Amino acid sequence: MPVINLLETPLRELNAKLHNLPQGSNETAFEVVNPRGSHAVAVGVDAPLTIDVRGSVGYYCAGMNDGGTITVHGSAGPGVAENMMSGTVVIEGDASQYAGATGRGGLLVIKGNAASRCGISMKGIDIVVGGNIGHMSAFMGQSGNLVVLGDAGDALGDSLYEARLFVRGSVKSLGSDCIEKEMRPEHLGLLRGLLDKAGMDARPEEFKRYGSARKLYNFNIDNAEAY
Amino acid sequence: MCGIVGLFLKDKSLEPELGTLLSDMLVTLTDRGPDSAGIAIYGSADRGLAKLTVQSAAPQRDFPKIKETLSAAGIPVASLHLKDTHAVVAIAADKLDAARAALSAALPELRVMGAGEAMEIYKETGLPKDVVSRFSIRKMSGTHGIGHTRMATESAVTTLGAHPFSTGSDQCLVHNGSLSNHNNIRRELKRLGMSFETENDTEVAAAYLTAEMAKGKNLGQALTSALDDLDGFFTFVVGTRNGFGVLRDPIACKPAVMAETDRYVAFGSEYRALVNLPGIANARVWEPEPSTVYFWEH
Repeated sequence: MPVINLLETPLRELNAKLHNLPQGSNETAFEVVNPRGSHAVAVGVDAPLTIDVRGSVGYYCAGMNDGGTITVHGSAGPGVAENMMSGTVVIEGDASQYAGATGRGGLLVIKGNAASRCGISMKGIDIVVGGNIGHMSAFMGQSGNLVVLGDAGDALGDSLYEARLFVRGSVKSLGSDCIEKEMRPEHLGLLRGLLDKAGMDARPEEFKRYGSARKLYNFNIDNAEAY
Repeated sequence: MCGIVGLFLKDKSLEPELGTLLSDMLVTLTDRGPDSAGIAIYGSADRGLAKLTVQSAAPQRDFPKIKETLSAAGIPVASLHLKDTHAVVAIAADKLDAARAALSAALPELRVMGAGEAMEIYKETGLPKDVVSRFSIRKMSGTHGIGHTRMATESAVTTLGAHPFSTGSDQCLVHNGSLSNHNNIRRELKRLGMSFETENDTEVAAAYLTAEMAKGKNLGQALTSALDDLDGFFTFVVGTRNGFGVLRDPIACKPAVMAETDRYVAFGSEYRALVNLPGIANARVWEPEPSTVYFWEH
């Protein structure tokens, strides 16, 4: 397996190598060492590669991932897996703000905590967080699922569209137009599948479901204060 | 953007390395702001003496006159260290105000960067690597220090607009963000008799904390008040004679990472700034929470 040492190899060379692999290449597994908080590690991967990053990364790691399986054996800075299309990104440690922002698909697993704005404007991504999430998470989330085994900060799901939010712990406050909803059998099944995929040991029955009250979809003068 | 760093040592054996560690942290963050850079170091303090750090755009003209100006005002100079555009003058602590007045009357183009028993401040326009080398920051030892590399938004790119800002004895502050109510607060603080050198928002934040601590609050209490009174975006790192504090606004969009071991507490705008610190692999690393006051004291 090729090992790329970021102390020796420039970041652009790493990313160019990951982008330029010929289709059907047998070279599908990479290890990246000494990331030392570098920005944009393994962004724009568009092939079913397996990439293990040994250490902590800075901004935008695994952004726009389309089919890769990228694991960070450390923590991630702001914007990890931003706009992911498909594939899997796993953060063994914590993630900074706006993890999984605008993600269209794929699975983002954060084993530790995620900071503010986790899943902001999510559009189909599934995000599973083992710890807590910060304020304004899933703001304007359009679709996809956010699963939190710990607690959620202030203003969860503000101005939410159709993303589904599942939280096991406490929610400090719900944002505008976000409400607790009934957990029906199909939701328990969905959650079971997500927890299994993420390798998380938790019972779906322990979670509460939150979603949009659908009152802010269209402008209504009576809701002016909430916009 | 802007990049900020801070290092508060718990282990005395690291003190000779403070300048080097802090310089490396700051240089790493150069691409967050290449306009200007500055570092405040809390070094050794001599009993009864105060250090005044001054800057001049024409050091060869102004610095030879410092000693004679102060002597003429009846203020003996205990030591005078010249470093590029900065000079650190040590005088009796009770003569500090008189010395500032005498220097400002005789040498109007001399600017005071900061004053205190232990603190020295070095800041200039330019890249962090050049600023730390001009002032030989790497050779400095100390107990704690903070640094800043600037991408200017709120005021001009000048030496006085660079951080850290110091508005009280042994107090200084670096800031990533922008305040929206600084003009109001500046007016209120002026009414209390405080004076300002710049139009900069960060200077107001520093002066606000100085005013709060002058009421008898400790650093933690002053930072708590700041959450109520300062509006805008901020991640602050603050130094006092024996303390080190961190505060983020409630929105917390300006990045921050902290690390703590038995030997130090460190702050960086990004984790990149912390990777060369001793024992970082086993440090507790976390993102400071919004609206939460963090402070440590010796």
